[in-house]
Amino acid sequence: MKIITLGLLRGQLEIKSFMRRRESVVFTLFFPVMLLFIFGSVFKNTIAPGVTFSQYFIAGMVASGLVNTGFQQLAINIPIERDYGTLKRLRGTPLSPISFFIGKGIVVLVAMAIQVFFLLLFGRLFFHLHLPHSATLWLRFTWLVLLGSACSTVLGIAMATLIKSGRGAAAVVSPLVVILQFISGVFFVFSSLPHLMQKFAALFPLKWLTQGMRSVFLPDSFAKQELAHTWEIGRIALVLFIWLVIGTVLAVRSFRWSEQ
Amino acid sequence: MTTAPPAIEVRDLRKSYAGAEAVAGISFAVERGEIFSILGPNGAGKTTTVEILEGYRTRDSGEVLVLGSDPEKLGSSEAVWRNRIGIVLQNSSDAGDLTVAETVHHFSHYYDNPKNPDAVIDVVGLNEKAAARIHTLSGGQRRRLDVALGIIGSPEILFLDEPTTGFDPEARRAFWGLIKDLQSAGTTIVLTTHYLDEAEALADRVAVISAGKIVEIATPATLGGRHLAQATVSWLENGQTQKVTSNNPTAQVALLSTQFAGDIPELTVTRPTLEDIYLTMIEAGS
Repeated sequence: MKIITLGLLRGQLEIKSFMRRRESVVFTLFFPVMLLFIFGSVFKNTIAPGVTFSQYFIAGMVASGLVNTGFQQLAINIPIERDYGTLKRLRGTPLSPISFFIGKGIVVLVAMAIQVFFLLLFGRLFFHLHLPHSATLWLRFTWLVLLGSACSTVLGIAMATLIKSGRGAAAVVSPLVVILQFISGVFFVFSSLPHLMQKFAALFPLKWLTQGMRSVFLPDSFAKQELAHTWEIGRIALVLFIWLVIGTVLAVRSFRWSEQ
Repeated sequence: MTTAPPAIEVRDLRKSYAGAEAVAGISFAVERGEIFSILGPNGAGKTTTVEILEGYRTRDSGEVLVLGSDPEKLGSSEAVWRNRIGIVLQNSSDAGDLTVAETVHHFSHYYDNPKNPDAVIDVVGLNEKAAARIHTLSGGQRRRLDVALGIIGSPEILFLDEPTTGFDPEARRAFWGLIKDLQSAGTTIVLTTHYLDEAEALADRVAVISAGKIVEIATPATLGGRHLAQATVSWLENGQTQKVTSNNPTAQVALLSTQFAGDIPELTVTRPTLEDIYLTMIEAGS
């Protein structure tokens, strides 16, 4: 299938291009690691029996890494590519937009894999991070990353269509992501947040991704501290899947190669 | 010779932006294998017209056929159609982190019948820059890369929007040679340009557009009745430049030749340049 082959080629090219932009590599790949060092060094408390704050925080950072590398990066970079004429040029070729989306998804996935690797490595080395101890957990971790990346990619592409110019993109997107991180339980223990905030956060995928990652990185005993007193794995999958469908429809229908 | 259908047919094309008519009823046809140049001042409607042909913009009314298809109603055949056209846009500054070779090779995969990427890099004169990152290229080199990406798919029609902006004279000459070669290979070329000498050197026919309308379509030599215009003979006599306009400059020169009994000092015979004609047309049109 030519659309898939070209999508893979786009992915390869985009990875090459991504890796050569030093600032984007440093920012997307090491920013979470830096946050881990800051938060991990400041909050040394234990939030539940056998659960340190850094353990909790890493689950949140992995989840929000998906939002950063996907949604945030794409919603900022696609408008820039639109300004530069990259998209207009592609539009003039036989390339399908689907191949373009696949290419973006691949970069997100690769960036995510590297980011997770360093996060877990440094977490293990410096913050006594407990890695998932069973195949079931690793499997859950894998589908969370895959589904989360896909979701984040299509939503980023859809968001990019709402943004007029590349220059203003970061100013619009970054605060959105930070707010989402605060209300979704990345920086704070979710159950300690105000009730209304929890309800609001539950509308968006990050809260569910974070919860899913907690189920991977925190002991099962922590589940009873969740709002529903269980990890709600089925519901997490369902919410992410719904967002994936919504995002895909929005991305495909609203995608613009150029500013008309 | 059989009469193939034209590569491009445009009938009564119209397009307005916020009430202002940018293209106000344009009609023309471009024959296969022709180099057709669209001339006009900024804001005359050149880019709008070309972008409608390229399928980037929608029109308000009129008929457009490019390679027999309406660019607005391609549907699922869009990829097939795009496979047959090449576009060189104005001002692109993308893909700066990739090298010339990587980019050209990559784009070659988009097409069913691509040219050899290394040969294309060679043809546009970027051989020595093949391994260079795109952001290190000069303006002219960048344009040549744009051209490489426009022709990599062996297009039947190539759209060139002000392709030689920022070229030095030598690079422009080389570029003109490249365009002539593409024409010899059967490519139809639509060229919008600001440079009158470029249109004169390349185009089989030029269309002059002013305020959204076509003022005239003609060969560069006959545009605006240029071939019928009087010639100016000038020479130096008694330390002063003398000028005579004449329908028969040869007779004037013969006369002077007898008068000076040999060499006529500082003799020139000129006809209005394409630029003179063009400027007169644009002034009359506005």
